[in-house]
Amino acid sequence: MRFYRRSEGARGTALLSPTMLVMLAALAAPLALLALYSFWSQNGYALDTHFTLAQYEVSLGRVGYRALFARSLEISSLVSVITVLLAYPMAYFVAFRVEKSKFVWLILLTIPFWTSYLLRVFAWKVILGYNGVINSGLLSLGLIHRPLEFLLYNPTAVVVTLAHAWAPFAILPIYVSLEKIDRSLLEAAADLGDGAVRRFFRITLPLSLPGVIAAAVIIFVPTTGDYVTPSLVGGSNGVMIANIIEVQFDKVGNWPLGAALAMASMAAVGVVTLLFVSAMRAAAGKIR
Amino acid sequence: MRKGPSRVGLFAYAILYLAFLYVPVLFLPLFSLNDSVFIAFPLSGFTTQWYEAMLSDDAMLRALRNSLEVGTATALLSTLLGLLTAKALTQFRVPGSAALLGFTSLPLFIPDIVLGISLLILLDAANLPLSLLSVIAGHTLICVPFAITVLLSRLEGFDKSLEEASRDLGENAWMSFWRVTFPLALPGIISSLLLTFIVSFDEFLIAYFLAGNEATLPIYIWSQLRFPYKLPEVLALGAAILIASTLLVVFAEWLRSRGLEDRKHIMVGA
Repeated sequence: MRFYRRSEGARGTALLSPTMLVMLAALAAPLALLALYSFWSQNGYALDTHFTLAQYEVSLGRVGYRALFARSLEISSLVSVITVLLAYPMAYFVAFRVEKSKFVWLILLTIPFWTSYLLRVFAWKVILGYNGVINSGLLSLGLIHRPLEFLLYNPTAVVVTLAHAWAPFAILPIYVSLEKIDRSLLEAAADLGDGAVRRFFRITLPLSLPGVIAAAVIIFVPTTGDYVTPSLVGGSNGVMIANIIEVQFDKVGNWPLGAALAMASMAAVGVVTLLFVSAMRAAAGKIR
Repeated sequence: MRKGPSRVGLFAYAILYLAFLYVPVLFLPLFSLNDSVFIAFPLSGFTTQWYEAMLSDDAMLRALRNSLEVGTATALLSTLLGLLTAKALTQFRVPGSAALLGFTSLPLFIPDIVLGISLLILLDAANLPLSLLSVIAGHTLICVPFAITVLLSRLEGFDKSLEEASRDLGENAWMSFWRVTFPLALPGIISSLLLTFIVSFDEFLIAYFLAGNEATLPIYIWSQLRFPYKLPEVLALGAAILIASTLLVVFAEWLRSRGLEDRKHIMVGA
């Protein structure tokens, strides 16, 4: 028996080793180097490899950067909440109300996302722009006399665009967790006299929370570091953290500062994510 | 199921939601057929000139080929790694498997920009050239968690005793996998291939840092967005991607449902 168990562990480890090697080479090693660079400094074109905290002092100390961190986290939190709230009823509809054509619905929901992410974001620029679809449409209908300027180049445009662009990443995890729910639990609750609302809040919602948490995290993390959307529709007030990191690796060429900004944004994203997940878990515990 | 106002309300919501998803995207094909460089109402006439311009654009075709190559390689690699990992985690008691799973899903919790620049730093430090291979490495990194998630949820519920029974009946480990686990996992494998292909085909930021002198399609599109007179052509490209991928999804789903039915017949016949 003991031998069997050991060989089982060994076989499992053998199956896992290719993935682990890839992750070590493409994830662990690069991140270790990133951390190392963040403690160095740029001296003209050369790297000064003496240990220093100067990059972190700049990243966390400069008011402009701090504001940028705060705005990025704020925008992406808002995007996560809005996207999940909008997607939940949709996922619920497909999981519980559609009987025969679930696949048709799932395909319908994912098709728009098969066109390029860049172009989906760009579509919003076309829609919201000064000479864009909404303005030119309203002008030709005679409803406005001058183009509306508040539509594009602000944080709201970023939120709307991201909420649209990330919709399937909310629908699919929530749908999967709803679909997994054992229907006999709901029937049992109904037999025991629970009404529809009570059944939803005591069974469906708690059991679908893993999907909700997954959806929120899957949206929150990448949107915090999104580069394309703030560049295209954000304007100067909608700039996010990825835009200034990119600048350090492109035009200005201060890799250590870029590395420190990246480390700081990872830490910020990590802390917010952990707080969110533990808060959701605690909330789920209370419902039961 | 109970019928009532909530059912109607939910259906209406679903339709509105679909409209929210589709209307912005459908502006791409609409304006790609409009005979004007300006993307605005009123429409000025029908034309296919933007599609003709797109098809004779060599830089675009080259970028498309690059993206197809990178996407295919990434999908195969990450799905293979995902399948190995999901099988290991669901069928064997591996010490520290929770920590390992956490480690493999780490790329989901790190913004792409950070992954992109840290791979750039690594390649630079190792004096390795930037190429489509480095893009494939970066894309595989972000696709492995998706592949594992899809395949794990597919394999998770399965009765381990099925494969054990096959072993007891004399099949070797490989054949047991091939005849028991693989058919059960097949829908997951197809979903994983499709999902990882889309993620890679669509990924811009990591490719932007790692592609060097080559361009993938998103990098090409990004470079075109700066030129207003190029926009209708870019919209034509977007519309073409949308149509091609819609056909691909429908075809894949049709193939999958047909494959499942065939298998049913075989199993009933056997």
